[in-house]
Amino acid sequence: MAEALLKVDSVTKNFGGFTALSEVTTEVKAGERFGLIGPNGSGKTTLINCISGTLTNDGGSIIFDGQDLQGMKAHVRTAAGITRTFQIPRPFHSMTIIDNLKIPLEFVSASGRAQTEIRDEAMSILETMGMAEKADEETSGLTQIELRKLELARAIAAKPKLLISDEAMAGLTGNEVDEVTQILINFNEQGMTIIMIEHIMRAVMQFSQRVICLDAGQLIAEGTPDIIQKDKGVERAYLGV
Amino acid sequence: MLQRYRFEIGCVVALLACFLITQVELNRFYYFAGFAILQYVLISTAWNILGGYGGYINFGTAGFLGLGTYVAIAMIQWYGAGIIEQIIVAGALAGLLGLGIGYITLRLKGVYFAIATLAIAIVLETFVNNWDYVGGAAGVSILPPRTPELLGITIVDRKGGGIFYNNKEWLFFLMGALAIASVWIARTIEFGKLGRGLNAIKDNEEAAECMGVPTLKLKLIATVISGALMGVAGAVFPSYLTFVDPPTAFNLEFAVNSLAMPMIGGTFTWIGPVVGSILLGTVQQVAIVTISSEINLLIIGLLLVIFVTIAPHGIVGWFMKKNK
Repeated sequence: MAEALLKVDSVTKNFGGFTALSEVTTEVKAGERFGLIGPNGSGKTTLINCISGTLTNDGGSIIFDGQDLQGMKAHVRTAAGITRTFQIPRPFHSMTIIDNLKIPLEFVSASGRAQTEIRDEAMSILETMGMAEKADEETSGLTQIELRKLELARAIAAKPKLLISDEAMAGLTGNEVDEVTQILINFNEQGMTIIMIEHIMRAVMQFSQRVICLDAGQLIAEGTPDIIQKDKGVERAYLGV
Repeated sequence: MLQRYRFEIGCVVALLACFLITQVELNRFYYFAGFAILQYVLISTAWNILGGYGGYINFGTAGFLGLGTYVAIAMIQWYGAGIIEQIIVAGALAGLLGLGIGYITLRLKGVYFAIATLAIAIVLETFVNNWDYVGGAAGVSILPPRTPELLGITIVDRKGGGIFYNNKEWLFFLMGALAIASVWIARTIEFGKLGRGLNAIKDNEEAAECMGVPTLKLKLIATVISGALMGVAGAVFPSYLTFVDPPTAFNLEFAVNSLAMPMIGGTFTWIGPVVGSILLGTVQQVAIVTISSEINLLIIGLLLVIFVTIAPHGIVGWFMKKNK
């Protein structure tokens, strides 16, 4: 398998006296589909906040694409190739759907290009998501799945090397989960490395090539979906038995 | 063709109108009142660049304005500087103040930023109160030059040799030109990358940052431009009033008006502050003459409450919704 795209080494994060992440070490390889699971409050979102730069880790290091991310602001990390979605969709609500996509295009991936080119680019991303006909609508009228798709489409518009999808499927129906999983697999096949954080086990196990499990800020298991599903520690973390 | 340059043509027409008004020799009061209204167009437009586009509420308008005013006074006291020099230096220093204040406070979000800016005016007013060179707490009288010149052309001459007959007309025209320039700047920002970035920040700052928007940089640029324009508005004040004391220059009324006018007009587009300030500025000027100058804040307060509840997107937003 290819080189590590992301190296997380002994990353620690404290909130006051509470340790949200304790010496988490893992690697994500280029082109990999990587699953991140763990019960509520286990530190999944804290970890990706540290990777994407919205939080600063107190200890350890994060190396992306050979570059130490220490002290690097979130927007610089986005330009370097890390983009994340939010657990609760955060659309730019005063803009139309296509204008939402134009922000990362204009500021990162298509910076300096003409507005018409940026619009075409945004349109083609919306087409791959099956949202082209909604391009000029306001975000307020969107359904749950459309909001999730917009969140992904906007992240993809930044042309990331590494896409971090934070619970992109929460609140979706079975068919919709399959639809979003397929979209992510399609982007992975085009070379995008993807970290999926998910509570819907069927989706994350079907999607991932490798999975890690966090519990109370510690990495308790790492391996293929088969190994993780049989892991006693993971079972204990989720079921408390 | 004409459609495409509609805004630019509008600016030229407005500038011409300002000039023609000065040539018809109206009652001196109309120029006085018109100046105040145009000054509010400039101030509200400046405020809206950060407050309307970026969603950062600045309560420190009076601080930036007062700084501009006192920079101009200091320059007059020092070597009798001309009005254009005063405007340029006051704008530059107010922009610098914006950079400094922004660097310290823009890491604060929402209401914390608003509170921090409120302190600017108070700190600066205390400073000026104790600085005798510019009049201190007692205030200072400014004697505008009798026949000001610009690039060798006589601007004002009571004997009819200049472009304008008196100083009030000249300052009215100057303020008109500055207000139009500020609207042009605001509109350029709105339809450019900076405006779109600021909008993303207003909608969701963390998401904007994660989508590659350099949020701190954009907020700083907006604060500098906004502050500089407020300083420019202040720089013309001493020549216009001829007597300035700290409570006038740092009046909290500026802070209230500068955010109420865009909010009532509509903060999301350049024309909102223009509509709001012309409308409310006129109401205030009429109220000063017919009722009392104390009623102004009451009027503003009431209108603000009414608009925030009934038409949160302001007059412009309300009309745009009706036309949809």
